[in-house]
Amino acid sequence: MASVQYRAKSMLLAELVSGMALTLKYFFRPKVTLNYPYEKGPLSPRFRGEHALRRYPNGEERCIACKLCEAICPAQAITIEAEPREDGSRRTTRYDIDMTKCIYCGFCQEACPVDAIVEGPNFEFATETREELFYNKDKLLSNGDRWEVEISRNLTADAPYR
Amino acid sequence: MPKLTVDGVEVEVPAGSTVLQACEAAGAEVPRFCFHDRLSIAGNCRMCLVEMEKAPKPIASCAFPAGDGMVIHTKSEVARKAQKGTMEFLLINHPLDCPICDQGGECDLQDQAMGYGFHSSRYDENKRAVTDKHMGPLVKTIMTRCIHCTRCVRFSTEIAGVTDMGMLNRGEDAEITTYLEKAIDSELSANVIDLCPVGALTSKPYAFVARPWELKKTETVDVMDAVGSNIRVDARGSEVLRVLPRLHEDVNEEWISDKTRYACDGLKRQRLDRPYVRKDGKLQPASWPEAFAAVAGAMKGVSGGQMAAIAGDTVDAESMYALKRLMGALGSGNIDCRQDGAKIGGGPRAGYVFNTTIAGIERADALLLIGTNPRWEASLVNARIRKRWLQGPISIGMIGAPVDLTYDVEHLGAGPKTLAEVADGSHAFAKVLKDAKRPMLIVGMGALAREDGAAVLAAARKIADDTGMIVAASQDEEGNEVPGWNGFNVLHTAASRVAGLDMGFLPGEGGRDVAGIVAGAKSGDVKLVYLLGADEVDGDFGDAFVVYQGHHGDRGAHGADVILPGAAYTEKDGLYVNTEGRVQMGVSAAFPPGEAREDWKIVRALSEAVGKTLPFTTLDDVRAALRQDHPTFAAIDTIEAAEWGDFGKAGSMDGAPFAYPVDNFYMTDPISRASKTMAECTEAFVLPKRPGDGTGAAATGTDG
Repeated sequence: MASVQYRAKSMLLAELVSGMALTLKYFFRPKVTLNYPYEKGPLSPRFRGEHALRRYPNGEERCIACKLCEAICPAQAITIEAEPREDGSRRTTRYDIDMTKCIYCGFCQEACPVDAIVEGPNFEFATETREELFYNKDKLLSNGDRWEVEISRNLTADAPYR
Repeated sequence: MPKLTVDGVEVEVPAGSTVLQACEAAGAEVPRFCFHDRLSIAGNCRMCLVEMEKAPKPIASCAFPAGDGMVIHTKSEVARKAQKGTMEFLLINHPLDCPICDQGGECDLQDQAMGYGFHSSRYDENKRAVTDKHMGPLVKTIMTRCIHCTRCVRFSTEIAGVTDMGMLNRGEDAEITTYLEKAIDSELSANVIDLCPVGALTSKPYAFVARPWELKKTETVDVMDAVGSNIRVDARGSEVLRVLPRLHEDVNEEWISDKTRYACDGLKRQRLDRPYVRKDGKLQPASWPEAFAAVAGAMKGVSGGQMAAIAGDTVDAESMYALKRLMGALGSGNIDCRQDGAKIGGGPRAGYVFNTTIAGIERADALLLIGTNPRWEASLVNARIRKRWLQGPISIGMIGAPVDLTYDVEHLGAGPKTLAEVADGSHAFAKVLKDAKRPMLIVGMGALAREDGAAVLAAARKIADDTGMIVAASQDEEGNEVPGWNGFNVLHTAASRVAGLDMGFLPGEGGRDVAGIVAGAKSGDVKLVYLLGADEVDGDFGDAFVVYQGHHGDRGAHGADVILPGAAYTEKDGLYVNTEGRVQMGVSAAFPPGEAREDWKIVRALSEAVGKTLPFTTLDDVRAALRQDHPTFAAIDTIEAAEWGDFGKAGSMDGAPFAYPVDNFYMTDPISRASKTMAECTEAFVLPKRPGDGTGAAATGTDG
């Protein structure tokens, strides 16, 4: 009896039909793939992407060279040197992040008392050479200027949970 | 001996102790800000409140004398609540600027707020702000952070002996200030930075440079003077960023002088980082083999007697020993470690060390200073004398130009004439010394580095013999050991001097001393001079071939024909002997810059190049050989009483008054001369006081 049933199924192409039916079902459902890079998926406000150094609205850089990010960085990717600026305030003269060492753990932005160093929403910073991934202060500040709108929106969105 | 119970532990403490000390003896930790072991008790921070049974309220343990039968609780509900409340009050006006504060990471307030404070603040009003004060080129002030512990005020008045600081006003208006915005004019001033429990007083040259956790800490000894202060060198990479004191009760207690602390920025400037050889009248960069070849070439055809070597003031014992062996192998007896021409050494050890020891000053009851200004020559010895002076009556006499030493001094005279009077007993002070139980005298380089230095030394020895300064150890009737007393002291100014004298880095049989070498070089009798870090030699070396081995492009290097770059004291392991004769070990904190090398290695390599290879290849070999020849170097950080003997040479003394060897405390050696901070200090503290100096006139605006 079993063999009759098996033969009937294979003669009538039942498996093929059920497979094609599944295909047809997905044919009418909305697509899950994205046409990257023209389309992008949603990102959480907590997404940890490329680093940026932020400024205050008046243009003053936030970083005060407290070196807490340097201390907490588990990959030791951050290097800071500081000295008094002309007006006597504490500022960095050097702020380097080795993006090839960075493990994107986000500890630096957790440690920052002034929300200066943040990991922004940008993840598209692949480079052709290794050297381009050694970020200096200028690069980080320009990142901050470019991404400020998104970064501050993300920080506000995440603020209630901190 | 009161007996009391602390947290259930019964302790017995010496009479006169405070409750806080009793708590420490019982192993209980009590938070404190204003209390400091070496300062008077103020009791004004209230952080050390503990509960005492039968007392109506918590007591300030630092100011409460321990009594018999007291029962103290340091961790009870009452004590905890009192400490928490005090901490909350202290934090009311303390700014929350830890991220930009240089004290962050090593701050007492930070630590104790973690241990004894609330998790958050309940204070909503405005915090007060205080204007910052000017305290000179060394101390940076952020007075808003001050919690009014008054440690700095007590330090400057008690230990440093300058009344430049104080607290004005009361309550919320209280402010620590220097009177009239004056810089603290003391060579110990920067110790207030270590004492400040918060970030109100921080180091100006070190401002914002580094955090304590990123520094590599190395415990070593200082070479800026002959005290041999114990220091901790903090370095990041190969850069020495700061120098801090390390506790050594018998030497520097827990203070260091400003030069010791701040000359370290001179280690980055004017450095010799590669060998140089003079070609066509100009020093040209060269490689090590070229430099050695140049020296070997110059030595060709020069007999041992035509060579000479002078060791400088900050050289380690190993390299001096290596050079001595090399000169011996070359057949030269013209070696000297006394750049200033001091007439000491060669005799018994008691004749050139600080026999009483620095800690021993505290037991003396009469003191004669001969041609020395300890405040500038050895600030910590001066601080010890002041400590002794504060403890009780002591008569201090002084022969030399009058200077402010921060304690009362009877000025006896200016020169050898007075010394001769004291020596033959006709001066009134001779009786003071004779009547004293433990008299002592300190002879400085100002009295010994002169033509008649040997006669001065003999006169000083006569005073020591005649006034009972030398008492041998003995036993009393019950057989108890009675320690001896040796009141004869030589105060050196050079960190390497005692080591050099101990190993006999002195002219051999018929050899020339420094003056002889200079004269010989001028007349052409000396054809090659080897300067091992010697920068203070008076006069030039004529046509002689000069080899300079050292770390800074200073006086010695300018006239050199070959420069061999060596290592500074933070860059090499080495033994140093301080003025007491205490052997201490220096440890390298960083690497020498560029092609510079450790000094003994250079001498060893040169010995191979000139065909007189020295028989050691490691530092341990050098030390073993050194200790075999001179056993005093084997005992690290111990002092053996030196055997008393005959030294000095009685003779007639010149009438000229004693001149002090240090004319600018802040610049005495190549490192401090290269230091920017020391230059600022010179400008702030030394130049305005110099008579007839143009800068001084401009600064005061009173004359000219």
